Amino acid sequence: MCHCYGNFSTGIDSESFQTCLSKGGGFHFPSCHILSICGFRILFDVPLDLSALTIFSPIPNDFDNLDEENCGCLESDKHRTLETTTLNARNLVYAEPCYKTVKNLHLWNASFIDVVLISSPMGMLGLPYLTRMKGFSAKIYVTEATAKLGKLMMEDLVSSHMEYKRFYGDKESVCPQGMKFEELDQLPPTLKEIALGKDGEDLGGWMPLYSAVDVNDCLKKVQTLKYLEETCYNGTLIIKAVSSGAEIGACNWAINSPKGDIAFITSSIFLSGHAMDFDYHALKGNDLILYSDFTFMHAMDDLDSGFNSAPVTDSIRSLASADISEERDKLAFVCSCAVDSVKNGGSVLIPIDRLGLILQLLEEISTALDYSNMKVPIYFISSVAKELLAFTNVIPEWLCTERQEKLFSGEPSFAHAELIKQKKLHVFPAIYSPELLMNWQEPCVVFCPNWSLRLGPVVHLLQRWCIDRNSLLVLENGIDAQLALSPYKPMEMKVLQCSFFSGISLNKVQPLLKILQPKIVAFPEDLRQISFQESTPFSILHYSENETLAIPNLKSSELEIPMELATQFHFKKLKQEHINVTRVKGELLVSNGKHQLISETKQADQLKCRPVLCWGSPSTDTLLAALSERGISGTVEGDTVDLEGENVSVVHVHEPNRACIKIGVAITVVTTADEDLAGRISDAIYSVLDNA
Amino acid sequence: MAIDCLILGAGQEVGKSCVVVSINGKRIMFDCGMHMGYLDHRRYPDFSRIPNYDQGRSSGSAFDHAIDCIIITHFHLDHVGALPYFTEVCGYRGPIYMTYPTKALSPLMLEDYRKVMVERRGEEEQFTSDHIAECMKKVIAVDLKQTIQVDKDLQIRAYYAGHVLGAAMFYAKVGDSAILYTGDYNMTPDRHLGAAQIDRLHLDLVISESTYATTIRDSKYSREREFLKAVHECISGGGKVLIPTFALGRAQELCILLEDYWERMNLKVPIYFSAGLTIQANMYYKMLISWTSQRIKETYSTHNAFDFKHVKDFERSMIDAPGPCVLFATPGMISGGFSLEVFKHWAPSEKNLITLPGYCVAGTIGHKLMSGKPSKIDLDKDTSVDVRCQIHQLSFSPHTDAKGIMDLIKFLSPKHVILVHGEKPKMATLKGRIQSELGIHCYDPANNETVSIPSTQYVKAVASDAFARSCLNPNFKFLKSSSGNGLQVTDERVSDGILVLEKSQKPKVMQQDELLLMLGENEHKVEHSCCFPVHIGNIESSERSSTGFWLRLFSARLSDEISAGIIVQDFEGHIQVESFHLSICLKDSCSHRITDDSQNKSESVFCCCTWSVEDEKIAWKIISTMKNFNLNPGQQDASNN
Ligand SMILES: [Zn+2]
Ligand SMILES: [Zn+2]
Ligand SMILES: [Zn+2]
Repeated sequence: MCHCYGNFSTGIDSESFQTCLSKGGGFHFPSCHILSICGFRILFDVPLDLSALTIFSPIPNDFDNLDEENCGCLESDKHRTLETTTLNARNLVYAEPCYKTVKNLHLWNASFIDVVLISSPMGMLGLPYLTRMKGFSAKIYVTEATAKLGKLMMEDLVSSHMEYKRFYGDKESVCPQGMKFEELDQLPPTLKEIALGKDGEDLGGWMPLYSAVDVNDCLKKVQTLKYLEETCYNGTLIIKAVSSGAEIGACNWAINSPKGDIAFITSSIFLSGHAMDFDYHALKGNDLILYSDFTFMHAMDDLDSGFNSAPVTDSIRSLASADISEERDKLAFVCSCAVDSVKNGGSVLIPIDRLGLILQLLEEISTALDYSNMKVPIYFISSVAKELLAFTNVIPEWLCTERQEKLFSGEPSFAHAELIKQKKLHVFPAIYSPELLMNWQEPCVVFCPNWSLRLGPVVHLLQRWCIDRNSLLVLENGIDAQLALSPYKPMEMKVLQCSFFSGISLNKVQPLLKILQPKIVAFPEDLRQISFQESTPFSILHYSENETLAIPNLKSSELEIPMELATQFHFKKLKQEHINVTRVKGELLVSNGKHQLISETKQADQLKCRPVLCWGSPSTDTLLAALSERGISGTVEGDTVDLEGENVSVVHVHEPNRACIKIGVAITVVTTADEDLAGRISDAIYSVLDNA
Repeated sequence: MAIDCLILGAGQEVGKSCVVVSINGKRIMFDCGMHMGYLDHRRYPDFSRIPNYDQGRSSGSAFDHAIDCIIITHFHLDHVGALPYFTEVCGYRGPIYMTYPTKALSPLMLEDYRKVMVERRGEEEQFTSDHIAECMKKVIAVDLKQTIQVDKDLQIRAYYAGHVLGAAMFYAKVGDSAILYTGDYNMTPDRHLGAAQIDRLHLDLVISESTYATTIRDSKYSREREFLKAVHECISGGGKVLIPTFALGRAQELCILLEDYWERMNLKVPIYFSAGLTIQANMYYKMLISWTSQRIKETYSTHNAFDFKHVKDFERSMIDAPGPCVLFATPGMISGGFSLEVFKHWAPSEKNLITLPGYCVAGTIGHKLMSGKPSKIDLDKDTSVDVRCQIHQLSFSPHTDAKGIMDLIKFLSPKHVILVHGEKPKMATLKGRIQSELGIHCYDPANNETVSIPSTQYVKAVASDAFARSCLNPNFKFLKSSSGNGLQVTDERVSDGILVLEKSQKPKVMQQDELLLMLGENEHKVEHSCCFPVHIGNIESSERSSTGFWLRLFSARLSDEISAGIIVQDFEGHIQVESFHLSICLKDSCSHRITDDSQNKSESVFCCCTWSVEDEKIAWKIISTMKNFNLNPGQQDASNN
């Protein structure tokens, strides 16, 4: 709960508006927006485009045999030709890698951002760049679980990068920015597009990786929340994280403000095998939905058929349960492929970053191996593996219903703790761990996050196994496999690239909105080509990347007046008899997104009376009567014309003292030297005028 | 509208906590506990007193219409013990809310209790294991600080209460009225739990426990040291320590304490847990680590504090094994079961030690051991046990003391307080303190009484855009305070606002210009004027005919005389204070001049003034100052009124 007396923001009732800074690119690279409401600027997510890492060459397998002939060294290899149709290691940028941030974010002055809302661990990876900027002072809200997972992911990134750095020594990293233009020009088109963007503007987004210190400083500035915990920013915005189902701790946002209630919906999964489900009930009845689930972009094939094909009568739940069984089938397929490989003496390499997939595959593969009586070790190699697994078994509040049930029956949320105890699963921080070398056994199943295939243990294991046709590589969708695998040629391994659910599929958009009942929905421009089956009860706006969308007024503001205060007000019935008015008395309290009136705590010196607003015009007859009621007698002089040429009636007062009342069309002037008489005459005039 | 609180249990006593609160048409049951001291109908709250309880009976759902939701604060039986009875036997089918740990651990407590009742006392069971399981299925688990929308109008939220794992205070809001029910809480952290945490809420009512209504406790650490010393002395002498506890709560707290001590002192003496129950309970504690103290939370990934290194399972055959050991055995208070069995074997030796909790229910061995130092205890008419062992009474408690209660209530500053869960005379003392020291209405109702307090309501007025805009921009006025020193800050954002009630429409707040626009009227101003002479005496000065001279003189004088920080502005040709406007009148006959002036015109300067009514006070103050104007300020005071 917070409140403040007076709002010192610079924003003066600006219109609400929204700018999409980046549409992102799938699960690992969420979209990024700025929303301005009530004069506050809210930034949604600060991701990194880790898929861009694929333009860099991984650390070569054999350091000693390294020569410029077989490494794609950019500096020396000036004779590369653009005819190269198949990419190979030679084409890649041979340097300490840089990281691609959302370039449009750099156009914003960091000090102009008031609030940062992080929706998932992936949406947090670029945050240290922002928090270390000069002038940055925004309040950052993150769910507790996202903060923890984001921390682990950033720490793993920094530690994997260090490994790279050890190899390259202290040479400065070469950002594409720092590359000479002709060098960039010589990159093959695929790489060039990643480096420069379609319009060549992406160049400014490349940054050397932040340090462990930056990560720590960043985490210190973060305020963590539970799901559905209401937090109040500046007395004006009530902000709430609502489970999105996409990952443990991932969320959509509900923002209540005096200007309207807004739901920000990012990639959401209705039923999850590990994280708490998409809690769409908590997003009902908002004025505006900012729809930012771009999943449909990456599944364009069902665009034509998908959107309208589902009968709207189908409940979301049944649509979603079809998805989850499909997802289970996919996991089962991965498991059967893994078992097949192991049976043939090959190893299985799973460089998947999605925590949910790791946790479920750990359980399912070990079950599948048991079932086929295969006794091969499962390794999980990552600098943060141990902490990650320990964490997942102490957060039942953040998990799906099935996992929560395990808590209530006294079982651990995930089976990995038991697998470790049974020595089926081995967890190591790095591939060089002495324990690993002692323990190592092939064939085996290895989990080692870093899906770009450029950092961490996966590089070494791929170099080791790429020529083994019995081994299996399991990849996530959303990565250009040809490019990612180009440094590992010839590639003999079997490659299984699976597309897993990462958001709301098109056939669920309409049933979902039917439940949520917003007044306005802001869709990405890319959804324009799809029309709704029937007329919608809400209006639709469309937004595009890097264009500002004005949002119409969402709701009228409200002032809350405590009953005990309101009953003290003196209402006056106007001559329009159905209307009663009173002047508002009290002090304004802006608290919890509400304007409330509270009784005045301190009395200002009452030299100044309340201003009184009068309207109408008094007739001399009624005024004389009102005067005589107050013991004042006077005579009417009749109409005269004053200096401005207006008609004026004049009343001369003789008793109890002398006074003169000039009644004009828009003004009445009382002239007297008697203070008491002046007061009584004012009274009389107010009694014959409508006033408030 | 009123908030009605029906106290069904824990009114002026400890046991069967249950308060039914009706707020703005919603009815919430806080806790559904049982009384351990009774075996007859008094063990349960008298649910038939709930208003309209059987309205739904015809449709087979008694209480469903009477109660909108049940909220359980923690897993102690005096808070959850009657829940399976209420849902499975009385037939309540509505929602039940509790925290994740409470949902996980309550069935263990209930099942343990059920077994003891049936096995030891041979009683007919009040509810079965299935009842417990069915009941728990209806429970919706909540996390701390989550705002849960029970229905369109009713919101609830849990806050950390310390006390036991998962204990929570619950906030409930219906419309504009809000209350907080504390359940049991602890304002100081202990070995395994943090202190209660709450936001500054706007509350009509706080219903607080008051177990230690008059006790002020000193540091917990000295009491912990006493316990450790007693245990250490016993095992150094080769003795055995029996710690009878319930499976949950105290067992984990003491175990963490002992583990720490064992580590520090490098002790090798085994620590045993008697039943699988406690081991199983530790499993829950490990998963629910985020509900424990900060210190334990921070270290879980390297070592989970509930992975007890020194703790081993105990077997019945080890009771008479030689050598020292520490044993945790259920149930607490030695009311039967395994702790009683061990007690029979260990009590006769003076080398051994038995620790007892701070509170034991009458009728238990624990209670007998606490009252005096019996040398013999009769178990039944045939068996008795010689008691020669040491007895140590634990003096730390997971309840807040009186200072903690006062601190919490002062921090929250609710409009009303109801005290429950305490002893009558002590509660009366605390109630007196709350009323006299904090000036808050306080009640300590007995069971089955209803307390009614008024509830907050707001008139919600639609604010016009212009008014809303003015609300967003503060309009501070700084006034020099006449009383005392310093600046007074007033925010006049609302003073231009007019509240309009129109038949069959929502109230509206608008700015005054908008009102005129709405009514189609024009403003009619009322102004005052007055042209009066200021006596200046018969002075000769080259400047006396210059208006500028007089204005400067007057303005300087007014600045001195008119206090309250009102700024006298000296403009070219006139003086202005707010809407008050004064200029030197050189006309022979002025329409603002009303009095015949007997004063010599040559010894006067006329001041022509106009002002609007809202500044009349200051206007007349200026005029009176001016009328008493004296060129020589020293002589001026006597004639000043
Ligand atoms: Zn308790
Ligand atoms: Zn209690
Ligand atoms: Zn005049």
